[in-house]
Amino acid sequence: MADKNKYREKFPEKDPDGSNIIDPESHKFIKVWQGPQHPGITGNMSLELILQGDEVMHCKTHVGYLHRGFEKLMERRRFIQCFPLVCRIAVPEPDFNEYCLAATLEELAGIKVPEAAKWMRTLILEMSRLTSFLMWLGGQSGAFGLGVAGQWTNYVRDLMLDRFEEISGGRIYRMHIPPGGVRGLTPDGFRARMEETLQAVEAAMKDVDRTLFDNAVFKRRTVGLGYIPPEMVDAYGVTGPNARAAGVPKDVRRDHPYLKYPELDFDVITGNDSDVYTRTDLRRKEILLSVDLIRQIMAKMPGSGEYMAKLPNVLHWKIPRGETYIRAECTRGEYGFYTVTDGSGYPRRINVRGPSYTHAVALMEKLAVDCNIADVAGLMSSLHTYPPEIER
Amino acid sequence: MMKALIERLEQKFRISEVVRQRNDELFMTAAKEEAVSLVTYLKEYEGFTHLVLLTAVDWLEAGRFQLTYLLNNNAVKADAGIRVYLDRERPEMESIHHLWKQAATYQRELKEMFGIGFPGSPRVDEPFILEGWRDIPPYRRDFDTKKYSEKTYFPRPGRKTYDPEEYMKKQLYPEE
Repeated sequence: MADKNKYREKFPEKDPDGSNIIDPESHKFIKVWQGPQHPGITGNMSLELILQGDEVMHCKTHVGYLHRGFEKLMERRRFIQCFPLVCRIAVPEPDFNEYCLAATLEELAGIKVPEAAKWMRTLILEMSRLTSFLMWLGGQSGAFGLGVAGQWTNYVRDLMLDRFEEISGGRIYRMHIPPGGVRGLTPDGFRARMEETLQAVEAAMKDVDRTLFDNAVFKRRTVGLGYIPPEMVDAYGVTGPNARAAGVPKDVRRDHPYLKYPELDFDVITGNDSDVYTRTDLRRKEILLSVDLIRQIMAKMPGSGEYMAKLPNVLHWKIPRGETYIRAECTRGEYGFYTVTDGSGYPRRINVRGPSYTHAVALMEKLAVDCNIADVAGLMSSLHTYPPEIER
Repeated sequence: MMKALIERLEQKFRISEVVRQRNDELFMTAAKEEAVSLVTYLKEYEGFTHLVLLTAVDWLEAGRFQLTYLLNNNAVKADAGIRVYLDRERPEMESIHHLWKQAATYQRELKEMFGIGFPGSPRVDEPFILEGWRDIPPYRRDFDTKKYSEKTYFPRPGRKTYDPEEYMKKQLYPEE
């Protein structure tokens, strides 16, 4: 490591702000595009990498391959018509979008959600977090050539999707959190089947622990890679596990409690230095925390009761003029909807704040520099970027 | 806490339309020329160190854009939203990329989607999502998505369309 930096002192020369000066005419650099083909779990976005040898000297993020204009589409739809649209903004965990939209409309229209629905929403969000992390772990290990851990976690993720199917009928897009409440409570015998699934997750995580975290290759390649110092957290808008791994205890579930999180017993997990290994390890702990939270929710939530508030005729639903910001902690960090209404039956503007917006552009462009090109895919996975929420 | 903050801000800046949306959320309108100083003050002296988002709202009827800077203070767990109104004819605003690195990305997107200029912001004129876009900025409210798609894409024969409102009315409220 020290030798490499010594060699770097002379070439390439640096700008006063510390970035490498790239002169294409010198013929000492080559340009390589990573993406936009789906490179694993990170979605369709591309990195324009300028290399010297096999080391990255400069990185630029390009997005736009998944732009569907959700924010614009929502301006032309009635409030209830936005509901089946928002889940498509983030495929691995659509429920956070549904919750944010529902909570926004409820706050602006003054609708009170029944208690049982709040418990059910908390359960759905935690299950969603668990499935998303399990899928992510496959991408992270796959990026470093360890495909088998991902096979196991995706198997248990599938078991969790079965539980989703029992609740809502949907496996990928659950659409279970409409404005006003939820579409239903848990079916008979759900608790026992959920407990079985949670035990399967725990068993799989024990195997993953041995194959991934005790693996010399994985450790050698990830310790020290993509380090985020704590002072970069606010300067680059880093949230979620990426920030917590740097020792900054930022967690919306604790900082801005919503739904039933204040009634659950949990500690914010933090790490010491946010490199790829610490971030992966932190997310492993988050998976186990989610398992614990689901158990707590199952023990506390009522099995029956009112679960949907009375809504006005949704085809003529007008919401008074106002604006608000609702956030939730998704797997990647702070997810939020900033909504402005103008008193009509349509939203004036809904802005979706996805955590990848900052992680995949400003942060990624900074961290990729001085990385080996073979580590770029793993670094991208470790930030848990997700392009559709950048482009909306 | 929020009340004391509003009083301090009112002494130093010209703020209006202050709305306490929730106990931990505050929105206010700032004068255009004071907005960046207000954002800087909140960041440096009041602990609002996290830029949650920067976005725009198009008030077409009033002929103005609204920029919203949303800042978060993690020590006291509160949000402050700052609205700034820009003339829709010549929309331009001072950049805040020197305060937060990610602000440059937001400003690049606003330039592309709303046509709001941020002179001096890094790479602000590079396309962010749309490549080779020649129409008016698409997130402006006078951009008609339906007209655009009819003009750009040919209609597919054999497709039935229903009026969504009529269809949903029949499904949800058949007796009305």
